[in-house]
Amino acid sequence: MHKKIPKNKEISKIIFKKGELVKEVEEISGENLFGCYQCGTCSSGCPYIDDMDLTPDEVIRYIILDRKEVLNSKTLWLCSACFTCAERCPRDINITKIMEALRQIILRRKIDYSNTRKTTKKEREKIPQIAFVSLFRKNIG
Amino acid sequence: MKLLYFPGCTLKTSAKNLEKSANAIMEKLSHELKEMDDWVCCGVVSSLSDDDLMRHLAPLRSLIHVEDQGEDKVITLCDMCCNTLKQTNLRVKEKPDDLETLNAFMDKENDYKGTVNVYHFLEFLRDEVGFSKLKQMVKNPLKGIRIMPYYGCMMLRPREVAIDDAEDPQIFNDLLDALGAEIVDNPFKIECCGSYHTIENKDIVSKRAHHITNYAFERNADAIILSCPLCRFNLDVRGKEAELMFKGYKQIPIYYYTQLIAIALGIDPEICGFDDHAVDPNLLLKKKGVYKI
Repeated sequence: MHKKIPKNKEISKIIFKKGELVKEVEEISGENLFGCYQCGTCSSGCPYIDDMDLTPDEVIRYIILDRKEVLNSKTLWLCSACFTCAERCPRDINITKIMEALRQIILRRKIDYSNTRKTTKKEREKIPQIAFVSLFRKNIG
Repeated sequence: MKLLYFPGCTLKTSAKNLEKSANAIMEKLSHELKEMDDWVCCGVVSSLSDDDLMRHLAPLRSLIHVEDQGEDKVITLCDMCCNTLKQTNLRVKEKPDDLETLNAFMDKENDYKGTVNVYHFLEFLRDEVGFSKLKQMVKNPLKGIRIMPYYGCMMLRPREVAIDDAEDPQIFNDLLDALGAEIVDNPFKIECCGSYHTIENKDIVSKRAHHITNYAFERNADAIILSCPLCRFNLDVRGKEAELMFKGYKQIPIYYYTQLIAIALGIDPEICGFDDHAVDPNLLLKKKGVYKI
């Protein structure tokens, strides 16, 4: 049976806003973060999970809750865009793109996250060039 | 048949052996990989931000150059180049507005018409040559060698540009079958090797390499077959370094699929450039009597 809920004028005036962070992430990534139901499939398949401070599903939750400290997380820089989470997400959310969006938020403010000067000359000669180009793209912008 | 080929930076520097062995196979098959003119860096990782088209410029420029050379097909050996070119190609084909913007940005280049198809060399061998034909041509079967296939990420994901099933690929199994090797299948074949972390985060990559190859080691696999130059470096070199981190663990040799095909077809092993590998791939082949030096 349909129940009629009484309307309160004052209450209907309240406007709920999405957080700034979630807006910016959605704009850059084109993904709908609110589709996430926190099942954790992304985290269970992630190859870097042991070294992460926040798991990928936690990262999404942090963004939704507008907790900006997520931008300090190691997780963003550990993700190497292997697309495993994006491939397996039952809600078809591309978590790889969300991680990239978070990196971009930082990099677009001209903060450089690479530290290749530590790499020795011998190593630089041996390591495949594709590794350097990827690193620069991911950690410099 | 002459096929246009996009090499990319790594094939010209640290993975020359991959290019040489592929060329040798093509010669044996009476085909030719013709290096395309004016190729530029593909950018290696495809753009993941929706609001920024800048990173699609480099791959698109190479695709335009393919069209300029009157071809509708280009072959790549590097997994990362293949993935990036395919993703950009897909994006401009699906979103004509993006293509218009990108075309408008190009200075000297012609407009891209979207006629090019990008192929991975392995795809070409499977679909156009056929593994059954390779099987007939095998002179040195890889008999008694237990090999673990390893795919990595870029060949399989995202699904739209994959050359095989994203969760349970079989292409290396079919190839190894044709070459006469034994297959050690494994659940880690589609996991990331550690990628570019190999520069600044070596220990993480060593851990990944150990995680992946230890499975093969524990199941008495003799070797690993793969395709990507970065996966080769990480599993081979960082895997070797992992021997110091994990007691009792020993790194096994890593082969590019082109090297194993070349050996099986009876091509001179010199072409395979085994000297560049951290774990000597020659020893195993000699021990198993595939060839003698």
